[in-house]
Amino acid sequence: MSSETITHGHAAVQTVAHAHDEHGHDHHHEESFLTKYIFSTDHKMIGKQFLITGMIWAIIGGLFSVLFRLQLGYPEMSFPILEDLFGKWAAGGRITNEFYYALVTMHGTILVFFVLTAGLSGTFANILIPLQIGARDMASGFLNMLSYWFFFLASVVMFASLFLQTGPASGGWTVYPPLSALGQANEGSKLGMDFWLISMALFIVSSLLGGLNYISTILNLRTKGMSMTRMPLTMWAIFFTAVLGVLSFPVLLSGAVLLLFDRNLGTSFYLSEIVVKGEILPNEGGSAILFQHLFWFLGHPEVYIILLPAMGMVSEILSVNSRKPIFGYLAMVGSLFAICILAFLVWAHHMFVTGLNPFLGAFFVLLTLLIAVPSAIKVFNWITTIWRGNIRFTPGMLFAIGFVSLFISGGLTGIFLGNSTLDIHLHDTYFVVAHFHIVMGVASFFGMFAGVYHWFPKMYGRYLNNTMANIHFWVTFVGAYLIFWPMHYQGLAGLPRRYTDFSNWQSFNQFSDMNRFISTVAMVVFAVQLLFVFNFFYSIFKGRKVKTQNPWGANTLEWTTPINPGHGNWPGDIPEVHRWAYDYGKDGREFIPQTEPVGENESAH
Amino acid sequence: MMNEQRKKIHPHKFTLWVAIGSILMMFAGLTSAYIVKRNQASWMMLEIPVLFWYSTITILLSSATVYMALQKLKQREMVAYRSWLATTAVLGVLFLVLQIAGFMKFGELDIRLVGAGSNASYSFLLAISGLHGLHVLGGVVALVVIAIRALSTTNRNYSTIPLEITATYWHFVDILWIYLFIFFNWMK
Repeated sequence: MSSETITHGHAAVQTVAHAHDEHGHDHHHEESFLTKYIFSTDHKMIGKQFLITGMIWAIIGGLFSVLFRLQLGYPEMSFPILEDLFGKWAAGGRITNEFYYALVTMHGTILVFFVLTAGLSGTFANILIPLQIGARDMASGFLNMLSYWFFFLASVVMFASLFLQTGPASGGWTVYPPLSALGQANEGSKLGMDFWLISMALFIVSSLLGGLNYISTILNLRTKGMSMTRMPLTMWAIFFTAVLGVLSFPVLLSGAVLLLFDRNLGTSFYLSEIVVKGEILPNEGGSAILFQHLFWFLGHPEVYIILLPAMGMVSEILSVNSRKPIFGYLAMVGSLFAICILAFLVWAHHMFVTGLNPFLGAFFVLLTLLIAVPSAIKVFNWITTIWRGNIRFTPGMLFAIGFVSLFISGGLTGIFLGNSTLDIHLHDTYFVVAHFHIVMGVASFFGMFAGVYHWFPKMYGRYLNNTMANIHFWVTFVGAYLIFWPMHYQGLAGLPRRYTDFSNWQSFNQFSDMNRFISTVAMVVFAVQLLFVFNFFYSIFKGRKVKTQNPWGANTLEWTTPINPGHGNWPGDIPEVHRWAYDYGKDGREFIPQTEPVGENESAH
Repeated sequence: MMNEQRKKIHPHKFTLWVAIGSILMMFAGLTSAYIVKRNQASWMMLEIPVLFWYSTITILLSSATVYMALQKLKQREMVAYRSWLATTAVLGVLFLVLQIAGFMKFGELDIRLVGAGSNASYSFLLAISGLHGLHVLGGVVALVVIAIRALSTTNRNYSTIPLEITATYWHFVDILWIYLFIFFNWMK
């Protein structure tokens, strides 16, 4: 124990120092309910807090999509129960236009930020980083705890905004001004928008505190022998995710601060020459495009913040369950790095038709299409990893394979949309909806499910129920394609997004059967997610107990801890690492853990 | 393992450097927004009041005093250390007061920073300097916390790490302001 750490005199550090202490002697530090489950500084507990909060948000966000799919699928029907539940927002049992926009906006905000950012990287970065690099906890357990509680506060504010008299923000999850800047323009641009901005500011603080910790933990606290190139790919993916977040979220914050100024102090950063309801506004000289630049400078990296952790976990799970080393480890790291760089150079492809200089657009087309290169490298390596493998179809493995399938399907349509000329036709249609839902939304969800099924035994010392897991996988996988595949056709035919009702529109009412089909499948898929939630909570208490330390026969360090690790992770010394994480099927052995020294006659890899 | 760690940078110091990178991105976003806006119609030239020169000198001085405080702490000259620390905090507050006074001047000159008739150039000056001021305020809070710890009679603590981290941050907000100040003067 270094004396330097003890003399810190810093409450947070003392807790960490204490955790360091614990391994030497077997004394057990008394933890109250409050310090163990609520204000915990243990990375494993914080990870579970992120996961369960994320799950609650996922149910809310998913339910919103069921509600607006109800409107899209059955526009002529009225559901009196909706009026009972939502009052004026569903007058006459039909979802009003304002309510529809609020639902879509909140669905996007909740799933992009609260579920797939906080719920995904918050969960797995926290649970996996110290366990896989061999550390007792994060660099700062205190900052880590703050990161969760800022997320919690952001959640409270966003949740409260759902109950405002004027409703939550409803200008789309991208909150483009001038709509979002002018309270008189729309009900959802009133108080709901301020709540949205405050909640997002808190959320950004949470992400930054978390990201700082992830980066400094991975770079500084790796155990002996764990060089960067011996780290499992999950760690590389989470590292690049954190770098993306730390560099791009502050730019969104600056955009949001300027928007708060425009909303509340009458400045003209984004506003110019606007007439609302016959009233001429005094604002002059602002630029709405400026907000889009600031927003998408985060917004595009955000896509990879969502996707990279899923990619990392999928790489790990595919290798473990194929009993084969990952194919092209360094190419995997290199392609993650390339994606990370390109993520900052493509933001304007979201703005091809919003008034961006078309000449400038050409450069963004080129850079956007370049992303296909690292993506293709990754897909090739995943397929070659499972190629002729001794595959075990565990639920985690099923979801990992599902991820690869969805990533290919969704990635291919990205090549269409990355071309600014094609985008003139395809923008704002259901083709875009289908593309980003498959490649970013559903694919990342699959990565997250794969992670939950694979590491649940480490989190709770029990297994999830396999039957429910298999139903969950097959219905979700088939359902995802049934929902989003038809949307490609709708989009190519020109069906626009953001409309509540197509039934009176001659060109598009041919799609009413297809819409009804999509909505019905969406409800079934949503119901199956509830089955997963049930499985999750049931298995925490009643699941089959894990009997061995290393149930999957994996090489990484988290499986060298006790079945239910305490705060500090390893009861004795932290193990030393002697090899990379992917020695599967080597020299006639099924797997060789990272902690095993390299033998004299071992073949080189 | 611990011996190996000693050679490395302290994890909290490292975290601060990453945080500095993050804060820089925010101001890079704001100043590039400023550059984009500058090239558009109805942009007003900035007139920077002389008070901002005084606040610039104040924050430069405070960087020197926080350096002195750290030196005195390393030499265990606790009385001198405490007074340099207190001076730094006072200079930090003085900087904020001068900044606010500087913005009050615009009112006398009948230049609107916000609201109807305001020009984006001045709104930018307010938003960017305001965010910078919040970061200085954060530094002042850190200094006050360290000062209170230094005065505590029950807990004798000679670790230099907290002050080293705060001092690095303090120099950073200083350099950040110099950058912004040059930016606003040069970019008008």
